[in-house]
Amino acid sequence: MSVLRTDGLARDFGGVRAVDGLTFEIEAGAVHSIIGPNGAGKTTLLNLLTGIYAPSAGRIYFGERDLTGCAPHEFAAHGIARTFQNLQVFLNMSTLENVMVGRHLRERRGFLDALLHTPRLAAGERACRAEARELLALVGLEAWADAPSDALPYGALKRLEIARALAARPQLLLLDEPAAGLNPTETMEIHALIAKLAGGGITVVLVEHNMRLVMGVSDRILVLDYGRRLAEGAPETVRNDPQVIEAYLGAETL
Amino acid sequence: MRARLATPRTGGLAALAAVVAVGPLVLPNNYFYDVAILAALNAIVCVGLNLLIGYSGQISLGHAGFFGLGAYGSAILASKYGWPPLAAMAMAITAVAALAYLIGRPILRLRGHYLAMATLGFGIIISLVVANEDRLTGGPDGLAVVPLTVFGFALQGERAWYWVVGALLVAAVWLALNLIDSPTGRALRALHGSEVGAGVAGIDAARHKVLVFVVSAVFAAVAGGLNAHYAGFITPSKVSFLHSIELVTMVVFGGMASTFGAVAGATVLTVLPQLLTVFKDYEMVVLGAVMMGTMIFMPKGLVPTLAAFLGRQAGAARTPAVERRAGAPGAGAEPRA
Repeated sequence: MSVLRTDGLARDFGGVRAVDGLTFEIEAGAVHSIIGPNGAGKTTLLNLLTGIYAPSAGRIYFGERDLTGCAPHEFAAHGIARTFQNLQVFLNMSTLENVMVGRHLRERRGFLDALLHTPRLAAGERACRAEARELLALVGLEAWADAPSDALPYGALKRLEIARALAARPQLLLLDEPAAGLNPTETMEIHALIAKLAGGGITVVLVEHNMRLVMGVSDRILVLDYGRRLAEGAPETVRNDPQVIEAYLGAETL
Repeated sequence: MRARLATPRTGGLAALAAVVAVGPLVLPNNYFYDVAILAALNAIVCVGLNLLIGYSGQISLGHAGFFGLGAYGSAILASKYGWPPLAAMAMAITAVAALAYLIGRPILRLRGHYLAMATLGFGIIISLVVANEDRLTGGPDGLAVVPLTVFGFALQGERAWYWVVGALLVAAVWLALNLIDSPTGRALRALHGSEVGAGVAGIDAARHKVLVFVVSAVFAAVAGGLNAHYAGFITPSKVSFLHSIELVTMVVFGGMASTFGAVAGATVLTVLPQLLTVFKDYEMVVLGAVMMGTMIFMPKGLVPTLAAFLGRQAGAARTPAVERRAGAPGAGAEPRA
């Protein structure tokens, strides 16, 4: 069963067609990687799939719903969460608060409860705080919980974004280069984390340059080049596809 | 963490209430009461404005317009149409909230300098209307306002007003602190931190920006209405562009994203010009120099700079300094001393 489906998805920037008529499906409960050379349109695709860019053409279906033209917060409301290659951490807030923001859509209490700090709001806040701490523990950042987030090193900020995305309890999690700039140990931790999330029923879409991570963790791989599909399939199939080797893997497999 | 979060709301609020309560012991005469009341009214506006500027990262150069509409609206309904002052104030505040919602929807799509321009334009329109609709507003001559009557009891004299305005300031700070430390407040701060990040976390940017704009306009309108009935007279200068700038200056001077900073900024910049009258002709020069010096040496504003300084002192006394950025991220995740 496909959780996300696109139909002829395209996005132009001036005369440049960054994503060019992509039709693909993402199946529930699996890890899908999107790979391709720099400029292949991977990040543009993620931005389309989260409403940050509106498509120039084509449609996006999430389950049965057509989300084409929705705003980012509407994509989020349907259960799609993501992280960013160029981090979008709230540097004006503490590490814990960043994760608490991720839970925004699940907060029940409105403006008046907030203004008067009612007991039921306070109870919700305690639950939110406790859950945020658990998520920080899951990504190995519990020691940083009360630190201002701008004090965190780069690798920790990447994991913080994952914790924030998970706080929304998404159905679909899009990770944009989670291992970029991480050392091998941290990359292994990310690998284990992705496997764990997928095992827990979250569908993961991974955009990543680290081939060992991609080949190790993915169920399916979509290879993009110039905004088009170059190949798609299981890691073994993609790895041996001559076109893929030529366009992208060539240098690495020499 | 919980102890630290509890401090601003309970500790700081208690300290503010204590300052208000002790005021009458140190204020020698009605002139000083008057300055204290004006400082508290400015502080109420600034606490609201700081929610918009300091916490949510938006800007308004037109808040004197909301202040003025609260003042003139209440004054006109009470003095010209004979409404009970409390009902007049409530009506004026409701109208300001509705107006802030209506203009907030379109202009809060703008960012940075463009938002500044749009709010500036709004403020100028309001001040032109007030200056020119002289049949209603009295024009440049101003307008006499009836005193505030609460349940048939006229509120008059600086001492009585001091307690009312002091209590309302404490209430305004309490509401602002509550709002900031709530899901709504986190959403507002997240918008400031990264609008893209907030969007994918499910935060409706437009809705939250309009919400905080309306809240800050209501704070200004409440202070405006009180000011009109307290002073018994209102002039267009309170609606002017210059007053909008004064309000923003108070917020920045006291410290952005600090509710107590807004109170401190409003207090210092209301009291300082009174103190500096001893410099006679050079009063404004000295005021400008003090403000420049403060911003150069305390760029984050009074309260955040002092809080950071005191925090460092306390931290240094308690535990050895933590090398936050030292070592690999993995090492950073080790439990700290």
